[in-house]
This record gives sequence, structure tokens and C-alpha cells, in this order.
Amino acid sequence: MTRALGLVGTIALATALFGATAGAQTIKIGVNEPLTGAFAASGTYVVNGAKIAADEINAKGGILGKKIELVIEDNKSNPTEAAAVAEKLITSDKVPVLMGAWGSSLTLAVMPKLMEYETPMVVETSSSGKITTTGNPFIFRISPPSAVEAAAFKGIVDKLALKKVDFLVINNDWGRGTAEDFSKMMKDKGITIGLVETMDQGAQDMSAQLSKIKSSDSETVIVTTAVDQLTLIFKQAAALGLKKRIITTGGSQNPDQIIAQAGAAANGTMHLTTFLPWFPDKTPNPEATDYFITEWKKRGFEFAGCTESFRGYDGIRTAAAAIEKAGKAEPAAIKAALWDINIKGLNGDIVFRKSGPEGKESGQSQPNVYLIEINDGKVGMKTL
Amino acid sequence: MSEFLQHLVNMLVLGGTYALLGIGLTLIFGIMNVVNFTHGVLYTFGAYIMFIVVQQLGLNFFIALPVAVLAGWLLGAAIELTLLRPLRGSDIDTTMLVMIGAWIAMQSGTLWIWGGVAKSVTTPFPEAPLVLGPVSVSWLRLFVLAAAAMLILVTYLLINNTSLGRAMRATFQDHDTASLMGVNVDMIYTSTFAIGSSLAAAAGALLGPVYVIFPQMGDLAAVKAFAIVILGGLGNITGAVAGGFILALAEELGAGYVSSGYRDAMGFLIIIAVLIFRPTGLFARAERVG
Repeated sequence: MTRALGLVGTIALATALFGATAGAQTIKIGVNEPLTGAFAASGTYVVNGAKIAADEINAKGGILGKKIELVIEDNKSNPTEAAAVAEKLITSDKVPVLMGAWGSSLTLAVMPKLMEYETPMVVETSSSGKITTTGNPFIFRISPPSAVEAAAFKGIVDKLALKKVDFLVINNDWGRGTAEDFSKMMKDKGITIGLVETMDQGAQDMSAQLSKIKSSDSETVIVTTAVDQLTLIFKQAAALGLKKRIITTGGSQNPDQIIAQAGAAANGTMHLTTFLPWFPDKTPNPEATDYFITEWKKRGFEFAGCTESFRGYDGIRTAAAAIEKAGKAEPAAIKAALWDINIKGLNGDIVFRKSGPEGKESGQSQPNVYLIEINDGKVGMKTL
Repeated sequence: MSEFLQHLVNMLVLGGTYALLGIGLTLIFGIMNVVNFTHGVLYTFGAYIMFIVVQQLGLNFFIALPVAVLAGWLLGAAIELTLLRPLRGSDIDTTMLVMIGAWIAMQSGTLWIWGGVAKSVTTPFPEAPLVLGPVSVSWLRLFVLAAAAMLILVTYLLINNTSLGRAMRATFQDHDTASLMGVNVDMIYTSTFAIGSSLAAAAGALLGPVYVIFPQMGDLAAVKAFAIVILGGLGNITGAVAGGFILALAEELGAGYVSSGYRDAMGFLIIIAVLIFRPTGLFARAERVG
């Protein structure tokens, strides 16, 4: 009993000491990512990228003379949890700025909390158009909205001679938003839109949807979802003998993981991505890309995660740059400063432009989009 | 027409595994009357055993399957001995709460040990599917179907044609009389729960390599297992098998011809209909009450 009491005392003391020092000497950045559930792989990669950025900044002396501290919370791939996590980070951890929340539905669930507590968030991955068009002035997005992806894809539509296209998308804001934006672009180009099939984010068996697509008269399927479900789709499509051209969107494909897990089923598939870790010299900032990839490998992470993790790295650097520019770690000052930053991101310069209804615009930077193709188990570039 | 045939083939391979999930739960929920919330975790557990044996220890896929079944049996027996035995005779709510606790604890344990990122298992089956005219199916799925059919048959024979099975049915019909007739009821409780658990682990071990393995994979599986048991009638093995195929058919045709967005809802619409029109299940026989 005495021993137990002693232990409790020690823990309490340690917590109090640690809490005090951490509060005084660090600047906190809240990280709201899916570390379990359907998007666990992607969220974990983003967090690992975020840690590289934090360590790099701290090694150079931190910002405003203080070290930055990432307060990482798991939103469980669940919108309700994502909103709860944001509330906890803001009210209990007192973070002045957040990064998150990976998925569009997760980010959309967090957005009212940002309004309520007037705290800005750097959105690193989500691509639903709604995020930057509904008038939330606390949103600063560094990933491309699906309309930008669709516009980038427009150039190659003629080269691929698309005639009729089916969609298989995740049944949430991300997937349905993509189907909408791509359909619109393609209809303008005179392409016929066939089936639009959806799947739940946790679904593991897509055979029914794929069987339906197999019997349609389209020649191409656009697939939008994250890497784990994509792997299953490629395997199941191969098992069904589906021979159509498959193009994926969304930038969360992790092509090397697909090659490793889906094997030959991945050959001939094309992917719209937002980073080119395979060809560092073709990226907008080759030096920064080299540094990031070297550091990623040094930490023993799988190379496949690079296409996802770079967003965590860029997101934290964006938040840190804004804190530095603001001169103090306060939400209102950081929000104002985010409009003035100009940093060299791994996928283009991060500069926010206004988007959405006047007076309450969100910030949107303009990253690059690339089309890659997997052939013989290797990633190759397609020119857009 | 070819699309319809493909849907039917998909239904067969999916239904086989649903049936396997259903019979494990119908033994525990239907015959033992324990609302077993750990069924999904045991399914997950079986899949992770496959991952350990095949990917981490580098052993043969076909050796890993019986290992997973045995591990599921042992974990099931342990749950019965430590959690359910002290609670025997308590009301259904208490048992249910304890099982919910066990479910959360075990799922968190899985997350703690293996992390949230999905794992996959390599199989010895060829990637190229078997093509028969307009339909094609992967060899792995065919193997899973065959293995599930075998396990279902063995369970059926065990319950209906062995003295253990007879003792099981007697014990859960009338505990005291069975005991007076010389049945070791403690042993029957433990082995019934262990057999049901090993079937859940077997389903996980067979389906883990087909899909991917992650800590929450059992949640949806458990919900479907409960649906199948209710569909087929509590404690009815043949009913659970039929329920598995009906659920698979509803999902396939629902996704294929109605809307894929409501795929998982199709099964539950059927359950609602069954509960309204035949609340004892589609295949329930007249039962003596009291």
C-alpha cells in the first residue's frame, strides 16, 4: 500500500514538473490525424512526416526561441471523433494552431470547432471542394481540391482517348466530391459518364461493384479511395478478370505499397499524385525533397509512405512559418500571418490565395498534380 | 446475364464465410444464451495469428490455419473459465456488460501490440483467377469456400451426431436435469464456448489473407454474424448457414442492381423484415417452452 502511494506520488510529481516545463518552453501545434480505423496507414505516414519537420525545426533552434511540440491525437477515421479531438486540442492542450484532419469528412466535421474557438487549421490532405468554398476563414489548405485535380487531368484526357468512364469512389465527401468534379470536367470534353458506384470507407469486399463495372461498356474506371482499399480493389478486379484501364485520384495511393501488396494486379494502372519521390529532380524543390527522403529512409520508414508523409512535413513547416511570422503563438496572430507566408513546399511554393465567399475566405495554395503509371512493378511518369 | 452469374459466384464465396461466422455465434448466442460481444475480436485474433505464423515466423500457410483454430479454441476456453464461469446464473445484462468490456479490452490490446496500420498475408495461391466462361473467381476464395464448407459440416456432425453434441444440447435445454443424468456441465459450457470461438478464429484466419488485417476488422464481421444468427433462428446451425447465404445474396444483388451505397444496409433491411414477420427466425422449429 505504502509502495503504491509512493508510486502515485512520484507519477503526480513527474506529471506536474513535466507539464510545467513543457508549457513554459515549447510552442504547441495540434495534430489531428487518423491513426486507427480505415485510414490508419495514411494518417500514420502523415504524422511521421510531421515529426521530421518538427525535429528539423527544433534542431535549428526552434521558433521564437522555443522548441515546437507536436500534440498528436488519433481521430480514429471517424468524423465525430475528429471534432472531439479538435475540441480537446484547443481547449485542454491550448494549441494555437492545428494541422489535420486527413479525410474530407473528418476535416468538415472539425471546421465548426475552428469557428467556435477561432483557431486556424492547416489542411494537409483533404480534397473536397466544400472545405474552402463554404466560408470558413480558419481553413488554410495546402492539398489540391478535386476540381484542381480534375483540371490538371483535363490535358491528358485527349491523349488517353477516353470515351466512356465509370466511377468507383469511397462513399464520403472526398469520393462523391471527386466523382462530381471529374464528371463535370469530362462531360465538357464530350466523354460519357457511365456508372457511379460507391463503397463504404470500411468495406473490404468490392466484388459486387466491380462485377457491375466489369459488365458495363465503358473502357476506363476512375477510382478514388486510400491505399488499403485500393489494394483490395486491384486484387479483386484481377480476380474478376476486369480488364479496363484504372485511374486513381486523391493522392493517397502510395503506389509502392500497391505494387508490394497487389503485385501484378497493379500493372497498367495510372495514378494522379501530388508528389514525385521517385524523381526528386523533377519536383519543384529538389533540395528539400532530397533532404526529406533521406531523413525518411534514415528513420527506417517504408519508402511507400513518402507520397503521403510529405504533406505532414509541409503542413508543420507551414504552421511553424506562420507562428514565426506572427511573432507570438496566438491563434488570431497566426491566422493573419498564414496569409503572408511564402515557403518552399515539396510540391511547389506554399502561398495562400483567397477562396470562398467574400469576407470569410479560406486560404488555398496551388500545389502541383502529376500522373504516374505502374508498369512491370515500377513507377513511371506520364506527361500531362 | 454474365453479370448476374458473376454476382451468384460472388454470393457463393461470400456466403460460405458468412455461414462460418454465423454458426460460431449461433452456438454461443443461440445455444448458450451468452450475448457474445467478443465474437468479432476472436475473428480478428484468428487473422492476426495467421499474420504471426505466416509473415513473422515464415511458416507454411496451411500449417497456420490449424494453429489459428487451436489458438481461438484456447482463447475461447480462457474467456469462459475466467469471465463467464464466475458469472453463471447472473442475469443477461451483467454478462453482456462484461463481454462488452472484454471486447474493448481485447481490441485495444490488438491495437497496442500490432498498431492500427493494416497488415496483409501472402498466400500460396496463384494470382491469376479461375475463369469459367463469363465468370471468374480467385483460387484463394475457392479454397476459403471449401474450407468453410468443411468446417460447417464438421460442426454440424459434432452437434447432431456425437455424444458431446447431445450433452451440449441437453445442458442448455435443462441444466439441472443434464447434470443429474451425469453430464459434466462445467466441461460442456467451456467446450461449447471454445468451439464457437475457434470457428470465429477460423473465419478470421481464412478471410484475413483475402482482405487486410487490422484491429477493428472484427466489428463489421460481428454485426453481420449477429444478423445471420437472428435471420436463421437462435441455435439453428442449418439456419445460420442459410442465413449466411441469404445475407450474401442480398448484399450482392442489392449492390449490383439497387445501389452500392446501401450495400451493407440490404442485409439489415432483411433482418428488420424477419423480426417483424417471423421473429423467431426464418428457420426456427417449434420449441418447447418451460
